[in-house]
Amino acid sequence: MEKITTDICIVGAGPVGLFAVFEAGLLKMRCHVVDALPVVGGQLAEIYPKKPIYDIPGFPSILAGELVENLMKQIEPFHPSFTLGERVEKLDKQEDGSFIVHTSEGTAIACKVVVIAGGLGSFEPRKPAIASLESYEGKGVTYMVRDPEQFRSKRVVLAGGGDSALDWAIYLAGIAEELTLIHRGSTFRGAPESAEKVLSMAEEGQIKLLLKSTVTDVQGDGKLDAVTVLIDNETEYQIETDYFIPLFGLVPKLGPLEHWDLELEKGAIVVNTLDYSTNIPGVYAIGDINTYPGKLKLILCGFHESALMAQSAYNIIYPDKKFVLKYTTVNGIQELS
Amino acid sequence: MEEMINLQVELPDGSRVTLEAPTDMGLSVMEVLKANELEVPAICGGMAICATCHVEVLQSGELPELGDDEAYMLETLPHATATSRLSCQLRVTPALDGLVVRLMPEA
Repeated sequence: MEKITTDICIVGAGPVGLFAVFEAGLLKMRCHVVDALPVVGGQLAEIYPKKPIYDIPGFPSILAGELVENLMKQIEPFHPSFTLGERVEKLDKQEDGSFIVHTSEGTAIACKVVVIAGGLGSFEPRKPAIASLESYEGKGVTYMVRDPEQFRSKRVVLAGGGDSALDWAIYLAGIAEELTLIHRGSTFRGAPESAEKVLSMAEEGQIKLLLKSTVTDVQGDGKLDAVTVLIDNETEYQIETDYFIPLFGLVPKLGPLEHWDLELEKGAIVVNTLDYSTNIPGVYAIGDINTYPGKLKLILCGFHESALMAQSAYNIIYPDKKFVLKYTTVNGIQELS
Repeated sequence: MEEMINLQVELPDGSRVTLEAPTDMGLSVMEVLKANELEVPAICGGMAICATCHVEVLQSGELPELGDDEAYMLETLPHATATSRLSCQLRVTPALDGLVVRLMPEA
């Protein structure tokens, strides 16, 4: 288990999280940045790296990926450290007012200030609306295939029509005793090769394929043993199974942050626009993840928010020193050692 | 020249509200829904990656064809119907006048 000590733990390595490192660095505060994605840049890197952005002041047009590269260069003098590919799970408040942030992989980050720059949140599996589905989670219902061996010689029902449903159906058909793929549509729009393979495997009897069908119910006694399928909107049918894996893609959610006792409004963190502080002293939220009257989800606004956050965080990290606004034109950039 | 069209939205309780939308502002239906404070999370802001602006079209004239991103996203949803659309991908044009949509569950 890795332990890191820093001044500010920034949750989210998107443009706003990265620029917060800069604003903090000007005020001699060290930052550690955590992101669930394995790369920095957030949505800019993951979703639209090749798209031009036109509303960054001073850049008539800049590719999202380039903006991330530039931000990484801009924060270099402040030597931030990173934990990538790990999701923040838990916030532990210490008696002295500092925090320990825990990640999914057991990394612990001790810090005086936490800045949540989580953007859209983290991507979580989309769950179909089936009553009592959640009560079977971990008892036969799972939304992800982590270890395919778990399904060896078992009966498995997969639901979904996207690429991951197709790919797992093909893969697990060779492992499971019986594999059923249930899809709402009558065709697949995903990768044509995977779709054809699934159709041919269905013809050969390696996959039981149910089209125009949806799972409407799950049953079991403590542990899943059957699912109910509605075919063509008229015939109900029960399939006995050991596992049910709904694969309906990912949807951005706040995730574990929902349980941090933060004040929330429609899935966003409520902040005070004086300094973008949350209801928990020492915890700030900046960028797309926060909300306040007049909020605009723009990178531009997130940059502004990070500057105001930093001057407030300064008072926590250096309580004995008065905050003085420094201009980079006057002082340049003083590297943090 | 400004031209306004009318859109109707069916709420979860079955009632309908009529919204006016300008066709000269480059808006999407999602943006019109949000501007009228309807419960549309639209988390991703219009990139067709989250499906939290999913609507079912109940009545319409000719609609623009499904884009690849939109079609793929709809395909992965558990509750999409034959007339499902992502409202962020529907541009407000005069052809949309009289559109009736139903808000669909977020996920």
